[in-house]
Amino acid sequence: MDDPKLVALSEIEQCDTPARLEEIRVQTLGKSGSITALTKTLGSMTDEERRAQGPIIHAIKQTISDAIGTRKVALEDAALDARLATETLDMTLPADVPAGGTIHPVSQVMDELAEIFADLGFAVATGPEIEDDWHNFTALNIPESHPARAMHDTFYFPAPDGAARKMLLRTHTSPVQIRTMLNQKPPIRIIAPGRTYRSDSDATHTPMFHQVEGLVIDKGITLGHLKWTLETFLKAFFERDDIVLRLRPSYFPFTEPSAEVDVGFTMEKGKRVIGGSDGWMEVLGSGMVHPKVIAACGLDPEEWQGFAFGCGIDRLAMLKYGMDDLRPFFDGDIRWLKHYGFSGLDVPTLSGGVGA
Amino acid sequence: MKFTLGWLKEHLDTTASLEHVVETLTRIGLEVEGVEDAGATLAAFRVARVLTAAPHPQADKLQVLTVDAGDGPLQVVCGAPNARAGLVGVFGAPGAVVPSNAMVLKVASIRGVESNGMMCSTRELELGDDHDGIIELPADAPVGTPYPDYAGLNDPVFDVAITPNRQDCMGVRGIARDLAAAGLGTLKPLAGIYRQDNLDPVAGEGPGPDVRTDDADGCPAFFAQGVAGVTNGASPPWMARYLTAIGQKPISVLVDITNFLSVDLGRPLHVYDRATLRGGLVARKATAGETVVALNGKTYTLDATMTVIADDVAVHDIGGIMGGEESGVSADTTDIVIECAYFDPDHIARTGQKLQLTSDARQRFERGVDPAFLDEGLSIATRLVLDHCGGTASGVTRAGNPPLGRRAYAYGIDKAETLGGLAVPADRQRAIFESLGFGVDAVWNVTPPTWRRDIDGPADLVEEVIRIEGIDKVASVPLPRVPGVARPTATPEQKLERRVRRAAAARGLDEAVTWSFVSEAQAAPFGGGTWTLANPISEDLKVMRPSMLPGLLSAAQRNLASHADSVRLFEIGRRYLPGRDGASHERATVGIVLTGDRRPRGWREGRGVAFDAYDAKAEAIALLGVAGAPVDNLQVMGPESNGAADGAGEAWHPGQSGTLRLGPKTVLAAFGMLHPRVRKAFDLDLPVAAVELYLDAIPAKRANGFMRPAYAPPALQSVTRDFAFLVPADLAADALVRAVRGADKKAIVAARVFDVFTGQGVEDGMKSVAIEVVLQPGDKSFTDEELKAIRAAIVAAAEKQGATLRG
Repeated sequence: MDDPKLVALSEIEQCDTPARLEEIRVQTLGKSGSITALTKTLGSMTDEERRAQGPIIHAIKQTISDAIGTRKVALEDAALDARLATETLDMTLPADVPAGGTIHPVSQVMDELAEIFADLGFAVATGPEIEDDWHNFTALNIPESHPARAMHDTFYFPAPDGAARKMLLRTHTSPVQIRTMLNQKPPIRIIAPGRTYRSDSDATHTPMFHQVEGLVIDKGITLGHLKWTLETFLKAFFERDDIVLRLRPSYFPFTEPSAEVDVGFTMEKGKRVIGGSDGWMEVLGSGMVHPKVIAACGLDPEEWQGFAFGCGIDRLAMLKYGMDDLRPFFDGDIRWLKHYGFSGLDVPTLSGGVGA
Repeated sequence: MKFTLGWLKEHLDTTASLEHVVETLTRIGLEVEGVEDAGATLAAFRVARVLTAAPHPQADKLQVLTVDAGDGPLQVVCGAPNARAGLVGVFGAPGAVVPSNAMVLKVASIRGVESNGMMCSTRELELGDDHDGIIELPADAPVGTPYPDYAGLNDPVFDVAITPNRQDCMGVRGIARDLAAAGLGTLKPLAGIYRQDNLDPVAGEGPGPDVRTDDADGCPAFFAQGVAGVTNGASPPWMARYLTAIGQKPISVLVDITNFLSVDLGRPLHVYDRATLRGGLVARKATAGETVVALNGKTYTLDATMTVIADDVAVHDIGGIMGGEESGVSADTTDIVIECAYFDPDHIARTGQKLQLTSDARQRFERGVDPAFLDEGLSIATRLVLDHCGGTASGVTRAGNPPLGRRAYAYGIDKAETLGGLAVPADRQRAIFESLGFGVDAVWNVTPPTWRRDIDGPADLVEEVIRIEGIDKVASVPLPRVPGVARPTATPEQKLERRVRRAAAARGLDEAVTWSFVSEAQAAPFGGGTWTLANPISEDLKVMRPSMLPGLLSAAQRNLASHADSVRLFEIGRRYLPGRDGASHERATVGIVLTGDRRPRGWREGRGVAFDAYDAKAEAIALLGVAGAPVDNLQVMGPESNGAADGAGEAWHPGQSGTLRLGPKTVLAAFGMLHPRVRKAFDLDLPVAAVELYLDAIPAKRANGFMRPAYAPPALQSVTRDFAFLVPADLAADALVRAVRGADKKAIVAARVFDVFTGQGVEDGMKSVAIEVVLQPGDKSFTDEELKAIRAAIVAAAEKQGATLRG
């Protein structure tokens, strides 16, 4: 067992610390190491001997060197394993996940409306919420003594002396129709979502609520276009093909003919779900824009005609997402907002579906 | 508008079922809000006699009855104190459904005794509120008869919503006419309905009553007829039954006739007790301050725009709205004057609105009554009085003239299709018009009837055709579509708002929608409101918000009160400020309120941390960045004052708040901690950080196509150098950083504070501010000399701000 190679390999095999391994490396491959000594013998050999011994000695040196390298990696791995074993953490402890925020259902539904109607070529128009009575009533064919004014429960602002205009909170989004027709040449296709106000407060009414107005002014527009538009919109909004509409003749001073629009529902688990026709729910008011309204906006009613509709956004949200009480919409209660709100990333798109 | 099926059939000869009538009414625009059919709901309840009554063996308060409901004796357990042998009442057999609680009656054992049904109280059958005992009917009530048959409840009651344009349908007659036009039967002749041969004016004896109109605008026509020697007793049963069915209490035949005709024909009338009048009656304008006690017992003070009916001494009627108490008829009335007038709808509407007084009469006159129906209306009233009260009629006085002008409209029959979307054959259109009482001549000049003042042009005529022919027949027609993919429609403002909203939600904020109006006190710290409602719904909802914060603060307070740990609310909406020419300036604004824990206590970081002003600043800058504002160029300045000289009522903490501005004037955002006084006013105990972000102040992004500039990263690595300066404690860090950045605008690409220190080693009144400066070489690396020069420039620039480099 004096073979230096076997001695060295055995020692390498048994070595269990990096320091000892280094000692062995010095003892074997170091300047005065046993294997180094062996290679030095080559210098005193004849060419023939060297040709015979050279490869053998080099092979020994290589074997030892490899063995040291392999052992070194093994020892380092073991040391790392040992260290890691001491670094264990309790992975069941909670991590800090920042709370996600929410989009209010009213905003979400407004974005859904914008997306659907953009596909039908409607832009989104806006107007002031503090209106004058001309835009809110008179131009919409609701003169001062009209019984419809009483139906509106209007919030007024005190008129300063000499004020030409009586200011009020708009009772519907319809004044945006007027502003759009005054400022824009037909053809017109707009929706106008926004806040509206009526002096009314009970289980189903709040003094502030949201409406969306739709207006199309063009040539040759008929009640048939109105019907198609509302059907198409409601099918897209509820993402159901079994939406059934029922138009009922009704009255609005600013449309003629006028129709209220009911949408059919079915009862599922005690809740009304839009679709089918087990019963009817009123969702929209609509009609062909009154010739007087078109004329009040400086357009020729013989040339231009069209339709308008109005719809409660809060109500649309309730019907689609299942809230059964309107009042908490405006409470800012975080629990309600987290429950009924939407992720910021729930951007309504036509490709992904407008609902979330 | 309520009426019964039987009442309708007085005018309409029809075999249509109840369901068909209901469906047709809604289909033609007379929306049925409800139908009460007591006959159907109570059909299973029968008149029954209690044969015997004996105590219940197991219960003191119960009795065991034998009841005969027409099929022989049945054993029934009953708890009513008035149950006794001989009593005739109403019995529900097993299977009947009790209306009040929807309970299905069953054979049941009550305390060990079998009971085969129930003797009912009025409340259980929803016929009244009485629940003291079971119903007691007269002893001769026919046992076994279904109770609705006995009680005359077999006439279903409609409740129909009449839209404000339909003056004619404020009477059963008009509704019947519409149904006849819709094919549901034929309209009966009017005279027969009141059991008259004709409705010619009653030729009375002597002159007509002394009435006249001095107010041709408010009351263009005042017709009247007197009847002397009447007996004002109870109404005939048919009239009482109709009125009772629609919820009107029969009072006396004279009163009931006017109430009946108001509903029947939409023709309000008024009857005066002649004995209470002094002199003739005149329709005139009230004198300002004149008062009248109306039939509702309330006193109304009138003004000079209001039309009244008065005698020589006093006002007896708020014309067309409500009669006066003094001249109303009573049981002792013997001589009457019947008024059948035409009041101008606009006048009625204005007076009614001013007095805040509604009545059946106002509802009808306001819509407009048929101006051609005064004679007939008066004749029907007089005839009914003579029939049911006796007496002798006087002549008729006709003062003034009702506005009878009828206008014809040139109508094109294709209009039904070009506007209404439904092609209707000409003869069908003609038939519809004629059935509704419209005149149509050979060249399609269409004249609306006198009871349709709402018809004002061809569009109204189209509506008549469409609603009678069937709006459900209108086919859907797609809107023409622009070829290709839909074009983007959102405006820059709309896109901005959407981005900011979704970014805020992604940053962990919850979007609230709060009232646009707040209380005056809540508005005050935020500069007060410009727009204060004249008729607020409450003091809390009175002033249009001048700031987004009051509503959010209230919401935050409610959330904390319901034990929320952390409140991070935002809202995007409008602030309502004064604009030009008396209009509003409604500014799109984001409000953010942060209170409670920014970070809850936790195993990693220990104690929880509350929100501070820098959290508010971070939200402001993050959202301004999303909005496309040049955040690197923003200046931080002090908060905007609300203008109070002594600083009282300021919204913000004076030392922990600021504004972010582009230049000195353009304020993009305000942020910081709320003033403790304001917090207290909102009942908030915890510190509150808040932001207001003025979306409309953000400069619009310049549109220059989609192409980005070429990507050109610097060729050489940047160099970072740290500097620590001693500066006066009140020097704004931002001033120092700006000075440092400005020291070499080419080489210095970034500078930021990474440490601020006061305490040991820093003398009082000073602070140490450490700044990391990033230098970017251009074509060549910096030489040592260049680096030295930059360093010297930085130190020199800092020294100008009062800083000295720390050794």
